[in-house]
Amino acid sequence: MLVLIGIVIIVAGFVLRFNPLLVIAASALATGLAAGMSPVEILSAFGKAFNDSRYVSIIWIVLPVIALLERFGLQERARALVATMRGATVGRLLIGYMLLRQLTAALGLVSIAGPAQTVRPLVAPMAQAAAPPEASEEARAMAAATDNIGLFFGEDMFLAIGSILLMKGLLEGYGIMLEPLQLSVWAIPSAIAAFLIHGLRLIFFDRRLRRMVSASSAGPVEASE
Amino acid sequence: MITLAFCYWVAGIMFAIFAIITAFDSSNAKRWTSAMFWALLATSFLAGDYLGDLGNGLLVLGLLGIAGTGQLGKGAQPGASEADKRAQAAMRGNRIFLPALIIPAAALIGTLAFKHWPTIADPKQATLIALAFGVLIALAACFAWLRPGHATPFRDGHRLMEQVGWAAILPQMLASLGAVFAAAGVGQAVGAVIGDAIPHGSLLGAVIVYGLGMALFTIVMGNAFAAFPVMAGAIGVPILIHQQGGDPAVIAAIGMLAGFCGTLMTPMAANFNLVPAALLELKDRYGVIRMQIGTAVPMLIVNIAFIYWFGFR
Repeated sequence: MLVLIGIVIIVAGFVLRFNPLLVIAASALATGLAAGMSPVEILSAFGKAFNDSRYVSIIWIVLPVIALLERFGLQERARALVATMRGATVGRLLIGYMLLRQLTAALGLVSIAGPAQTVRPLVAPMAQAAAPPEASEEARAMAAATDNIGLFFGEDMFLAIGSILLMKGLLEGYGIMLEPLQLSVWAIPSAIAAFLIHGLRLIFFDRRLRRMVSASSAGPVEASE
Repeated sequence: MITLAFCYWVAGIMFAIFAIITAFDSSNAKRWTSAMFWALLATSFLAGDYLGDLGNGLLVLGLLGIAGTGQLGKGAQPGASEADKRAQAAMRGNRIFLPALIIPAAALIGTLAFKHWPTIADPKQATLIALAFGVLIALAACFAWLRPGHATPFRDGHRLMEQVGWAAILPQMLASLGAVFAAAGVGQAVGAVIGDAIPHGSLLGAVIVYGLGMALFTIVMGNAFAAFPVMAGAIGVPILIHQQGGDPAVIAAIGMLAGFCGTLMTPMAANFNLVPAALLELKDRYGVIRMQIGTAVPMLIVNIAFIYWFGFR
């Protein structure tokens, strides 16, 4: 029971907004000590795990390409493209992106999009361009949120994704034999529900932005800028 | 055969270049400690397999010592001006999207190709290896077409990396904490606590505890993969499947998705929730989570209802 101290530290640390890196270190130390590990053992276990999980940080290699393309006007071009679309709103754009993200993730293509690959250079600037300036922060956050939601409620429809294989392996340990397909079909109802719920929220988001625009400009909105 | 080691080389070389750029950046008041941070990260990627477990632990302590005490600074070198970017955008039109699409296209084609010819690259890591190739091809294409200075992509990428700052290693640190939790038996301890919370005899009660437990434990651990074995072992298999005769496929698959609802609500899932906030330069570190809660809570209710309806037909 004492090992749960690490969870208490994590929750308290995040709530009080301490530097998360220090909170993690404190939690690892306390948990390890509570489990009777020596400091050197804890450090070794942490070091081994850090080395084994380097794949998590590989995604940063896209930064030089993305940053270079931004220098040559990628974000500006994404904004200009939205300006030429008639009737483009944050909600409509993001609903389209969510559908694309769910469908590609369902085909196992989880890494073709993401915060660094698509959201920062393309989707966020597009959403920002379709939103009034005072809501640009929210529009960008919503772009990142939509990317996550599309991914999470799309990827499990694919047979060979990590979580499906984890479930299959774990249930086998209990003597329950399942094929990946039997698991992945049950991701479909939730995928549809997620599309409907988040889609509806995006439509309401659009309405709120429209009210914001009509409230801030007492008169017709100037079309040219 | 090409393995993940190839990706680690690419990343290691990039971080080494970032370390050198930082060391020469006189606009960064903390340039030496900052350069040391990126150099340590480069060392991890290039030589982590030769350092031993304790060596890697000491390397992590070094990263923590710099970033945890606010010694990771950033430079103040200006990037391209807005007017400049607009002029460039006007000049090239929509063709600027093409190099950006090389990376996802290469990831797609490479993944399929490596799965088809498993002798070329490790099929288990096909997507990440293909992604690394996509980056190198896109970089080469950019050099050929846009003709930037040799260091320009790395200077610009470095500026973006500085924007992300210590959040860059947060996902990896959390994954490592998960490993320490596993070694210390935190999962079993939580399972024991939750096992006591199940109302006896009530099927709906057990389904709710299972779904909520998946979400809550994921919020704490930042990862539904860590929550699933615990909740399946505590409730899913013994009570929902064996005792109540539920469909194992539904209980596992939708239970995992209930966990994903937790992922959307926790700063512990840093790579999904905090890193994008840093990359998008949001003022609120929790801005992305705030946008997700409105979808995550109804989805959690829907998933629990689905387990109840579809699992016990």
